[in-house]
Amino acid sequence: MAKVRGAIVVDVERCKGCEICIGSCPTDVLRMSVDVNGKGYHYAYMENPEACTGCVNCATVCPDTVITVYRIKVPS
Amino acid sequence: MAELRIEDIIKPENIVFKKTKLFTDKPLSYCPGCGHGVVHRLVLEVIEEMGIEAETIGIAPVGCSVLAYEFMNIDMVQAPHGRAPALATGIKRIHTEKFVFTYQGDGDLAAIGTAETIHACNRGENIAIIFINNGIYGMTGGQMAPTTLPGMQSSTSPYGRDVETMGHPMKITELVSNLPGTRFVARHAVHTPALVRKTKKAIRKAFENQKENKGLSFVEVVSNCNSGWKMSPVESNKWLAENMLPFYELGTLKDE
Repeated sequence: MAKVRGAIVVDVERCKGCEICIGSCPTDVLRMSVDVNGKGYHYAYMENPEACTGCVNCATVCPDTVITVYRIKVPS
Repeated sequence: MAELRIEDIIKPENIVFKKTKLFTDKPLSYCPGCGHGVVHRLVLEVIEEMGIEAETIGIAPVGCSVLAYEFMNIDMVQAPHGRAPALATGIKRIHTEKFVFTYQGDGDLAAIGTAETIHACNRGENIAIIFINNGIYGMTGGQMAPTTLPGMQSSTSPYGRDVETMGHPMKITELVSNLPGTRFVARHAVHTPALVRKTKKAIRKAFENQKENKGLSFVEVVSNCNSGWKMSPVESNKWLAENMLPFYELGTLKDE
């Protein structure tokens, strides 16, 4: 069975650090950065990128639509 | 096989979700974690998927979403407080082939605009009303709204809403579902991915119903107001699930 791998790109300057995406991730990929963006918000990033399946949950609940999701099938 | 690199995944051909083109470049003015952003996106995604961006006219309310026309790259008008359904009535009756929707909060729709809302629903105007209920007047500083829960604290009910003196919260969605002019009435929420997907389906239905001229579609979205509720965004979503949803039950109330 083909395995699915995903990745997200966060628009760092538009992220407001609400952290709602963190709890929506079923594979516990996301964390908040220690650094802040230009507005002073911590932003989401992939702490465990290899666990991402590209399920789109984080982008679905993101109020500011800062997340773009990518997904590919990897032949096992 | 060589280890897959993130750069191999992040390529334009692998995109499964990206921001809809119908958003303008302006950053949303809402507080971090506010449900308004999600509902804005869902409305725009539905319009984009149906390919009706050139035939849609939206009505922005007064409240936090007063600037909705700044973020939605479609034709929009901004109505005085509560008057969005009246304005939508006029626009729809002149432009019968256009898709017309109002986007209103609970202070706008359920307090100042109660008369406009109820009569537009009762007349069965062929429009869609998107109603964001966060149980509070968000923009003006978290005052008590008609939808504030019993016992819920707000800046004008600091000891909690006392139903003896301040009245009971109003379930306006149940109210309009009893009117003969409404065709589709539903209540949804946007704090989990599954509920966001359900809300999108309901909004899509509200727009599709306009093709058939059979009455008004009313979609309530129970949302958070973390600034007004004095909580973090994640805490406010938890509070919403534990307190708002038992009172404002989700589901389709009417579908004819």
